[in-house]
Amino acid sequence: MTILRLLALLLPLLTAFVAPAAADEAELREIIAKFATAKGFAATKSIVEELAAVGDPAAERPLVALSDGDLVFRESDREVFIGKESGRTVRLLDPLTGEVLGEAKKSEISKIKVNNTLRRVIRDAVGALTLSSPDPVVRIAAADTMFKTPSADAIDALDAAIARETVSSVRRKLEQARASSVLVSDLPEADKLAAIEMIAEMGSRDAASLLIAYEAQSDGALKDAATAAIAKINETLAFWAVAQNVWYGMSLGSVLLLAAIGLAITFGVMGVINMAHGEMVMLGAYTTFVVQELIRSTAPGLFDWSLAIALPLAFLVSGAVGLAIERGIIRFLYGRPLETLLATWGVSLILQQAVRTIFGPTNREVGNPAWMSGAVDIGQMSVTFNRLWILVFALGVFAVLLYVMKRTPWGLQMRAVTANRRMASSMGIKTPWVDALTFALGSGIAGIAGVALSQIDNVSPNLGQGYIIDSFMVVVFGGVGNLWGTLVGAFSLGILNKFLEPYAGAVLGKIIVLVVIILFIQKRPRGLFALKGRAVEA
Amino acid sequence: MRGSFSMISKTLSASAIAAGLLFSAPAQAQDDTIKVGILHSLSGTMAISETTLKDTMLFLIDEQNKKGGLLGKQLEAVVVDPASDWPLFAEKARELIAVDKVSAVFGCWTSVSRKSVLPVFEELNSLLFYPVQYEGEESQRNVFYTGAAPNQQAIPAVDYLMSEEGGSVERWVLAGTDYVYPQTTNKILQAYLKSKGVADEDIMINYTPFGHSDWQTIVTDIKNFGSAGKKTAVVSTINGDANVPFYKELGNQGIKAEDIPVVAFSVGEEELAGLDTTPLVGHLTAWNYFQSVDTPENEEFIAKWKEYTKNPKRVTNDPMEAHVIGFNMWVKAVEKAGTTDPDAVIDAIVGVSVPNLTGGYSSMMPNHHITKPVLIGEIQADGQMETVWETTGLVVGDEWSDYLPDSKDLIADWRKPMSCGNFNTATGKCGGKATN
Repeated sequence: MTILRLLALLLPLLTAFVAPAAADEAELREIIAKFATAKGFAATKSIVEELAAVGDPAAERPLVALSDGDLVFRESDREVFIGKESGRTVRLLDPLTGEVLGEAKKSEISKIKVNNTLRRVIRDAVGALTLSSPDPVVRIAAADTMFKTPSADAIDALDAAIARETVSSVRRKLEQARASSVLVSDLPEADKLAAIEMIAEMGSRDAASLLIAYEAQSDGALKDAATAAIAKINETLAFWAVAQNVWYGMSLGSVLLLAAIGLAITFGVMGVINMAHGEMVMLGAYTTFVVQELIRSTAPGLFDWSLAIALPLAFLVSGAVGLAIERGIIRFLYGRPLETLLATWGVSLILQQAVRTIFGPTNREVGNPAWMSGAVDIGQMSVTFNRLWILVFALGVFAVLLYVMKRTPWGLQMRAVTANRRMASSMGIKTPWVDALTFALGSGIAGIAGVALSQIDNVSPNLGQGYIIDSFMVVVFGGVGNLWGTLVGAFSLGILNKFLEPYAGAVLGKIIVLVVIILFIQKRPRGLFALKGRAVEA
Repeated sequence: MRGSFSMISKTLSASAIAAGLLFSAPAQAQDDTIKVGILHSLSGTMAISETTLKDTMLFLIDEQNKKGGLLGKQLEAVVVDPASDWPLFAEKARELIAVDKVSAVFGCWTSVSRKSVLPVFEELNSLLFYPVQYEGEESQRNVFYTGAAPNQQAIPAVDYLMSEEGGSVERWVLAGTDYVYPQTTNKILQAYLKSKGVADEDIMINYTPFGHSDWQTIVTDIKNFGSAGKKTAVVSTINGDANVPFYKELGNQGIKAEDIPVVAFSVGEEELAGLDTTPLVGHLTAWNYFQSVDTPENEEFIAKWKEYTKNPKRVTNDPMEAHVIGFNMWVKAVEKAGTTDPDAVIDAIVGVSVPNLTGGYSSMMPNHHITKPVLIGEIQADGQMETVWETTGLVVGDEWSDYLPDSKDLIADWRKPMSCGNFNTATGKCGGKATN
């Protein structure tokens, strides 16, 4: 086994220089053909191991296909292919070369089943096979896999890989992988101490988990070194945990800000208790869904632009509904908060049920464009792209809104009407229209928020309900009538929540935040940033 | 309330036409029908799951009427909407039994809605068929539990993960929504894991509020918990809408099923319909039925269902199968008893056995739970599950868990002469637990 594995690791080296061995290919094909007759996962697993033991990098393609569930066999002659579904038929590719060999109906082929244990075996095998891949990204992935699955047999192959590596970041990864393998080898203590030091420098959770496992089975100086290294890593991790919490808090804060910012206008500036605010958010999310459906069926190439297209449409849809609500209901109820509350509550139920009737009660799928998927590692914390973009987007919306309110004639009229309605009216401002447009603006902003929230939450008729309480909380906490208050309120509640969550749990954390707000409002009834002056009395 | 009225009228007119063809009678008099109550939320939060079950019942009743009805009479569906409002469930149940005089009720989803209708069914002596997996610790004379008890879903799932094939998991995260089903299930699982020698520090329990949407911290915690050098798995009793953001966060933070698999008890084909499942391939679910199960019975059922709903994309799921089994059992029991009288049906139904959709037979046991196979499925890129493991035989639903100190001595047997839902085998008396 040892020799085989060694060979497995050296072979790619040889094949790079020598012409591809035809005997190898025949051998590989022979092994691959066995997949068609394998009964159960254990049998498939032994074939995978056999295939990896040949050590030909060409085995990567069929192994990865198997792991992805793409390896199939034709039932008539039990020949193994890579199958790519295209509509009702399946394109059959050669398992080794990837050449298109033909097509088959779905009913004519069977998939070779995989489970998680098999996927893990395949991942480890592929890691060793791809150590000499021309693509540095693949080499890094191979080094990472080998770091997590240390084996004394791998050291020679890793040494060879390190010797010919030219990219310094990849070399570092390879050296780390070598260090983890050194720990499980029978090399002298000095080598192992150096390896522990190298792993300790990584400071990552993977490094810690490797050392914890090693600490348990070592003794003497090595054990002490491992213990010290774990303590050092934990220190680093503790620092990053704080940074991670701040980031999570800001991310939650940006979601709260998005949800609340429209309400900051309808409730904060106009004083309308709009219980249908959440449903405006929901309408925005459904607009995104409709836009994506249209794009999927007519112009799939535009999918990455779907959110940009949905934004103005969501603003218009929610804004128009908001306008209709204001003109149809709310304008008759100014100055009667209780009736407004009940009427808008009714409107929210009507909107929910209307959406349920049109789109059905189940969740609708809104896809993430490619640039919103995945995560980037900053130090020891991972920042997911969708959250990052939502944070940027929330701040952008806030800035635009602030500009509209402070720097445009319309914003001036809006503020004039809120400050002193009668005076504004006698100056020639058409107050009813300012009211209507302000309400439409608040609703439209909520619609835009819906586009963003569709990326992280379910698009279902209940979407809005989850945000209405939080939105009111933010606006009241931040100070009614002040946009800056909403900003600061949203972020401080988000961060407070995320710092409480690891200690108190999500349920208790939320309760504590609510209690804190109640106490705060007792002390400062007008919120963080209270409006001062005559406007308050109006 | 999508199509509920049109559905009713459609069913009624369909049955009227069918009846007209059979008897060529001028009109259908009220007494000539047997009424069946359907108590599922068509609005509010639970509409997402329950609307499908209402459609399933209308479909089953329609099918039965095509076959000539029951006891020579046509079946008539009475649909009410309890609107995801628990007290309203009790009111609507009372209305169905007392005003509409239905012979049996098929309904409820959440445990709290079931608990709220229990006294009504007991008082008015009617029948309830409950189709959803639940926490157990209950057996009531008027209720038939056609969903899974914890030993028909949770415990086999944990057994699978502990096995070599499932990945020899040693460290467990029990994550759930903060209400009775996850709490009780996790209590049972915790006791079960400890009985298998899992240490306290290897179990992490986490609860979240309903509709939780910000999973960043919890997913990071899971990731950290899973990097202690032991194979880790997540057992999820997270309910309903909260699942989608949870899975999205898992995908975004790069937690793969090979590293930390999640086995879910409340995620079915319907829930996955609203989600791009590509990053979830390999995560697991435990149920007693999957749409992908390859049997002639299932194929026929799916084809008929798609034809009935006129939607080739409509999926089927586990609670639907439970309603199919429950409805067929009730039909058989009524035929056996020759009447729809609840007492006669309760006596007749124990031991009744009907085909399920996974290629076997399910029987009603004396504890009013049924026998089912347990399947572990892997989520696929097309939103379907692929069975990776199943129990060798059928599992009998265990109403009182053997792993909780309060209930380990209790059994239920509704056959005469015992007729008891909580018989204490240690003291030999009926009424082992004050709460029931």
